[in-house]
Amino acid sequence: MIALFLRDMRLAFAGGGGATTGVIFFLAVIATIPFGVGPDLNLLSRIGPAILWIGALLSTLLTLDRLFQADRDDGTLDLLIAGPLPMPLVVLSKCLALWTASSLPLVLASPVLGLFLALQPAALLAVMATLFVGTPAIVCIGAVGAAVAVALPRGGLLVSVLVLPLAIPVLIFGVSATYAAVNEPDPFWPPFMILCALTLFFGALGPVAAGAALRGGGD
Amino acid sequence: MNPAKIVLQGLVVGRGAAAVAGPFDAVIAAGEALVVTGPNGAGKSTLLRTLAGLLPPLAGAIRLEGLAGVDGEPAERLADVAHYVGHRHGMKSQISVGDNLSFWGRYLGGAATGRSERSRQNAERDRNTPALSGSAALSPSEALAAVGLPGIDSIPFGYLSAGQQRRASLARLIVAHRPVWILDEPTSALDTASQTRFADLVAGHLGSGGIAIAATHHPLGLEGAKTLHIDARDPRSAGPGTPDAPLDEADLASAEGWL
Repeated sequence: MIALFLRDMRLAFAGGGGATTGVIFFLAVIATIPFGVGPDLNLLSRIGPAILWIGALLSTLLTLDRLFQADRDDGTLDLLIAGPLPMPLVVLSKCLALWTASSLPLVLASPVLGLFLALQPAALLAVMATLFVGTPAIVCIGAVGAAVAVALPRGGLLVSVLVLPLAIPVLIFGVSATYAAVNEPDPFWPPFMILCALTLFFGALGPVAAGAALRGGGD
Repeated sequence: MNPAKIVLQGLVVGRGAAAVAGPFDAVIAAGEALVVTGPNGAGKSTLLRTLAGLLPPLAGAIRLEGLAGVDGEPAERLADVAHYVGHRHGMKSQISVGDNLSFWGRYLGGAATGRSERSRQNAERDRNTPALSGSAALSPSEALAAVGLPGIDSIPFGYLSAGQQRRASLARLIVAHRPVWILDEPTSALDTASQTRFADLVAGHLGSGGIAIAATHHPLGLEGAKTLHIDARDPRSAGPGTPDAPLDEADLASAEGWL
């Protein structure tokens, strides 16, 4: 499992790995919003957390479609299915590697990009915290979509369509926790805890479902 | 302890619900090879993928006797004790050949256990199954030298020629020890000298008590190997036990109701 994680990390940063695609897409979305919305700082700081969350959601989805497809194309997936590690653990370590390589940079970049959107310091921290606990849920949900669409040649769009409805609760609670951090008297902890619960729930369910989909989709 | 063997009992293989080939009955004992022959599309790859656990068998069973997995326990699934070499290499073209092989060595040799742990398990397994005390796992550079590619550890896999890629992926067979090798067209893209070298490798594996199951059009130089010939079947004729009756109205109605 550790070997698989390390190899996926290597591949993500080797040429053509695509780990940086998500971050660059995120940067592009966030950096263009202020130009589109105009110089209204109050408006920007009000919609800023939502923009950051939507940007993070979309750029995570962008990196998801290759999660299993590259392995399938070169036959690695066959060996992983036949190999000694149970499929849910294979999926889990691949998800961990994907999250570390492509979502963790988003989390780290979010406070800097939040400055573009005139967020208050408390909101910057809240966005970072909610993205940190929320993005693993998106990756684990997306793994199921990626596993279902693994045999399809242009499955990327299908993955997004399959995954978006399931990711909506994560988005709602992530954004509402962030707003609660700056708008008194809304409580911050209840939505944040629900966000943590969603991550744990999908972290347990996603790898099992994706593993079953990969095993069933063998051809 | 029983001598290791693999028993196929009425195995019917197929894709989805459609039977492709079978039923097969065979016994392959330690030190023996089974060569699967037949025309294109007869079901050789389907049989081997079923044996490797990538497709569920439609009927029949694969029984293992006296084969121990990586953890030293008696193996339940053939996949636990087998290497599967398919049409695709299972190697990443961005990273070097040595890194690819050392990944597979660590992953297949019992993931998340260190080298010392693994060699202890190897020793334990060798003691338990004297019939299968095969060659211990080699390091990636030794394995590459054994397939005739010395000194290419640090070259990215994608830079190799087709035949070199094939040989490098065959080196996976010897970086992690497995008593059973399931080989699907292992010698495609190999030149004559490499085919001979690979035949020697397989002979050495068999000589140390291993088992090889290979589908091939080329003679592997395996004298005395059992041959399982699959005849081409008319895809329209339903074989024995074939549940591929066309969908009838009731099936369609129930599917629509479900949707």
